[in-house]
Amino acid sequence: MDHPIKRDHARFKKIVKGRVRDNLREYISNGEMPLPKGDGQYKIPMPSIDTPRFKFGDQSQGGAGQGQGEQGDPVDGQEGEGEGEAGEGEAGEGEGNKELDVELSLDELASILGDELSLPNIEPKGKKTMESTTDRYTSIGTVGPDSLRHFKRSYKEALKRQVATGTYDANNPTIIPIKSDMRYRSSASKVEFDNSAVVIYMMDVSGSMGDEQKEVVRTESFWINVWLKSQYKDIEIRYIIHDATAKEVDEQTFFRTRESGGTLISSAFKLCREMIEEDYNPSEWNIYPFHFSDGDNWSTDDTKLCLDILDNDILPASNMFCYGQVESRYGSGQFYKDLVGHYKEEHDKVTLSKIKNKEAILDSIKEFLGKGK
Amino acid sequence: MTTRTKPITGELLKLKDEIHQYAIDYGLDFYPVVFEVCDYDTINILAAQGGFPSRYPHWRFGMEYDQLSKSYAYGLQKIYEMVINTEPCYAYLLNANHFIDQKLVMAHVYGHADFFKNNLWFKSTDRNMMDVMANHGTKVRRYMERYGQDKVETFIDSVLSLENLLDTNVLFETPDVQRSRESKDQEFNQQFFHDDDDDGRSGHLKSFMRSKLFNPEENKPKMPLDEDVVQRKKPAHISPRDIMMYLIEHAPLQDWQADIIGILREEAYYFLPQRMTKIMNEGWASYWHSTIMTQKALKSSEIIEFADKHAGVMAMSRQQINPYKIGIELFRDIEYRWDTGRFGKEYNECTDMYERENWHRPTHLGKEKIFEVRKTHNDVTFIDEFFTQEFCQRMQLFTYKYNARSGRYEIDSRDFEDVKSKLLEGLTNFGQPVIEVVNGNFANRGELHLVHRHQGVDLDMAFASSTLRNIQKIWGRPVNLSTTQEEKEVTFVHDGKEFKPLKS
Repeated sequence: MDHPIKRDHARFKKIVKGRVRDNLREYISNGEMPLPKGDGQYKIPMPSIDTPRFKFGDQSQGGAGQGQGEQGDPVDGQEGEGEGEAGEGEAGEGEGNKELDVELSLDELASILGDELSLPNIEPKGKKTMESTTDRYTSIGTVGPDSLRHFKRSYKEALKRQVATGTYDANNPTIIPIKSDMRYRSSASKVEFDNSAVVIYMMDVSGSMGDEQKEVVRTESFWINVWLKSQYKDIEIRYIIHDATAKEVDEQTFFRTRESGGTLISSAFKLCREMIEEDYNPSEWNIYPFHFSDGDNWSTDDTKLCLDILDNDILPASNMFCYGQVESRYGSGQFYKDLVGHYKEEHDKVTLSKIKNKEAILDSIKEFLGKGK
Repeated sequence: MTTRTKPITGELLKLKDEIHQYAIDYGLDFYPVVFEVCDYDTINILAAQGGFPSRYPHWRFGMEYDQLSKSYAYGLQKIYEMVINTEPCYAYLLNANHFIDQKLVMAHVYGHADFFKNNLWFKSTDRNMMDVMANHGTKVRRYMERYGQDKVETFIDSVLSLENLLDTNVLFETPDVQRSRESKDQEFNQQFFHDDDDDGRSGHLKSFMRSKLFNPEENKPKMPLDEDVVQRKKPAHISPRDIMMYLIEHAPLQDWQADIIGILREEAYYFLPQRMTKIMNEGWASYWHSTIMTQKALKSSEIIEFADKHAGVMAMSRQQINPYKIGIELFRDIEYRWDTGRFGKEYNECTDMYERENWHRPTHLGKEKIFEVRKTHNDVTFIDEFFTQEFCQRMQLFTYKYNARSGRYEIDSRDFEDVKSKLLEGLTNFGQPVIEVVNGNFANRGELHLVHRHQGVDLDMAFASSTLRNIQKIWGRPVNLSTTQEEKEVTFVHDGKEFKPLKS
C-alpha cells in the first residue's frame, strides 16, 4: 500500500496546478517559458507557496559567516550554502526560500490554457487515410467466455425469468441462473481516423524586428503549439524566416536569427506554397500557416503579390491563415491595414491580430484559436 | 508503515552494540535507542513529516516530500540519518550507506539521544509523541470526513500561520503544573456533568470543551465581547505570547476548530526545544561522533573516509553559520578552557595577553563542565556565555551586510561584539519575532490587538499582512498589530478585506 504522504503529495500538486491556472496570464506575459523535461513533462518555475508567518524583514540584509577576507570583501561567489553533504540532522523545521518546479504534462498545460481562454475544440477538416481499429466493450451479448460474464445483467435475466415463470419465492429469494440467462460483455470494432496537422510559422527577421518582438513571437508560438498538439495526435511544425528572401530553418534558428535588409513578405508565402504543394495534401492535412511581422513590406506591388498567393493557393488549402502583427518602434503596420482592407475584419479563413506587447499575447492566442478551426 | 523500515540485523547490529558500549563508557546517558534501516524514499517521507511515520494529512508534508525527493534525485542533498525525541528514541539509517557512515551516524545519534534526555528544555516534551502524532492524524482525518477536506485544510492553513508564535516558558510547564491546573478545572467541572475521559492529554482543550458544554448558549460561535465570558471561563494564566492558547480560549471557534488549534499547538511546542538548541544539539552529537570514532570505533583503514565525511558535515560557508561546526568547536573550547583553568575571576580579569595565551592551571574540569553545559543551556545562553573573543578570531567569523552601492553582500565587521550580537540576534526567541496578545476587546469592539515587541529588526510587512489575514479568519473580527517601522510606532489592522494603517 502506498504511504499516506502520497496523498498529501497529490494534494500539493493539485494545489500547485490551481496556482498555475490562476497565474497563467501573469506567467505568460512575463515571457517565461515552460522547460521541456524530455519525458513529455514541462517544468514551470513557481515561487514556493509558503505559509505566511510573522518574520523579520531585513533578515536577508546580512548575517554571519566564516572565512578569510578584509572588510568590504564580497561574501558571494559561493552561492547556495556550500555545504553539499551536510544533510544530517533532524529535518522538519527548516524554512527558507524554495523555488518550486511544477511538472505538468502537455495535456494539462493545454487544458489550463483552454480553460483560461475558453477555447473551443478544433473541428478537424481532412481525414488522413490512416485508420485504426479499436475494440471497445460497449454492448452485451448472449454468448461469450466466462471471464466476460456480466454478473448483474445475468442476475437480472434470471430474476425476470423466475418471476415470469412463478418460481420466485419472496420468502426465500434464491435466484438460480440457467444457461440462457447468462449475459456477456461483447465488443464492437470501431474504425478511427487520425487527424494530422501541420503548422507553418513564418517570421519576418528583417532589421526592424527586435529581440523583444521575437520574444513575443516565441512565447505566442509555444502556447499555440501546446494547444494544437493537444488537439491533433500527429502534428508537424515547420519554420520559415524571411527578409528579402525566405528559407526554411529549424526551431533554434527561427527564434535566434537576426538579419537586416529589406522585407519581401511574398518570398515567405511562396516558400509556404511550395511546402504545401510538395508535402501536405490539403485533403489529408489540417494546415495552419502563421505569419508574424511588424507590418512593413517593401512595396505595394509585393503586397499585391502576397494577397494573390493567399487568395489562390494558401487560403484554399489551409484551415486558417493567421497573421500576427507585433508592434515595433520601426514598423509602419501597413501590412495589417492592407490585409484588413482586402479581407475585412471578419473572414472565414483569415484571422488577423495585433500584438501590442507581452500582456496581449493571451488575447491574441484567443483570437487565433477561438474560432475552433 | 511498519513494513517500510526494518530492525537492524547482522553486521549492523554488532556495530550498534559496539558503539552503544562506547557511548555508555563515556558516560552518555540516554533512553534506549531503536535503530531501523530504510530506503531513501522512506527516509524522505519521514523527514518530510518531521521524523514521524504518521502525521495529520496536509499538503505541506507533500511539498516537503516533493522537495526532498527532487533534491535527492538530483544529488543535491542526502539525509544520512534521522533521530526522534521519544522514549525509546527511534533512529533511522539509510540502507545504502557504507558501514563507516552507519558507525558515524550511530555515534552521532547517541549524542542526540543523550541530549534529548538530559537537556532541561526537553524536560516536558511528551516522549510518546509517536502515538500522539498518529492520534492527531486520526482525529484530523475524522474531522475531514465530517466537515470536508477543503474546509479543514483551509483552517489548518490559517493556524499554521501562528505556528511560530510560541512562549518558550511554556516548556517549563511540567506535567505536574499542568496536572494541578487541570485537576482544579476538573473538580470544578465534575460537579456539573458526567466525565467520560478517553484521552488524558490535551487537557487545555478538554477544559475548554467542558466550559462550552456547561454554557450551552456558547455552543454557537459568538464574539467574546463582554468581559463576563472571560471571567466565566477562568483562563488559567495564559501567557500573552502563547497566542494559539489564547485563541483556543477566546476565539469564537467550533469544537473541531479548537481541537485542531490544540493539536497544532501541541506539535509546535514539541518541536520548540529542538529549534532552541540547534547549535548545542548538533554540536553535542558531533562532539560525540568525533570522539567515539577517533578514539575508539575507527579502524585505521577507515580514517580517510571518516575525515572526508566529517569535513563535509563541518564545512562552513561564507554566508551562513554551520551549527554543527560552531557547536562542536564551542564544546571543545569549553572543555579545553575548563581543563586548563581558563575561567573564573582571575582569568577573566587578566589583561596580560601573553599570560592569557599561556595560561595553564590543570584543573581537569572539562568533561564535567561540558556535561553540565549540555544540561542547563540553550543556544542563546550557550553563545552568550561561552562565545569568546579568542574563539571568534580562531573561527574567523565575520558579519556581512548588503552594500547598496556595490550591489553585493560584503564583509562588514570582524569585531567580537558585532559578531556575537549578530549571532544572538538570530537566536533570540528561536529566531522569531516576539508577538504578544494585548487585548481581545480592542477599542471596545471585540477586535484582537497584537503587539510586536520590537528588538531592533522590523517585521516584513507583506508577510505580516497575510499573517494577520489568517489570524483574522480565526478571530472573526478585525485584528490589529502594533509594531515599529523605521523607528516609528505604527498600528495596522486587517479586517478580512484589506490591510491598512490604523488611524489614530
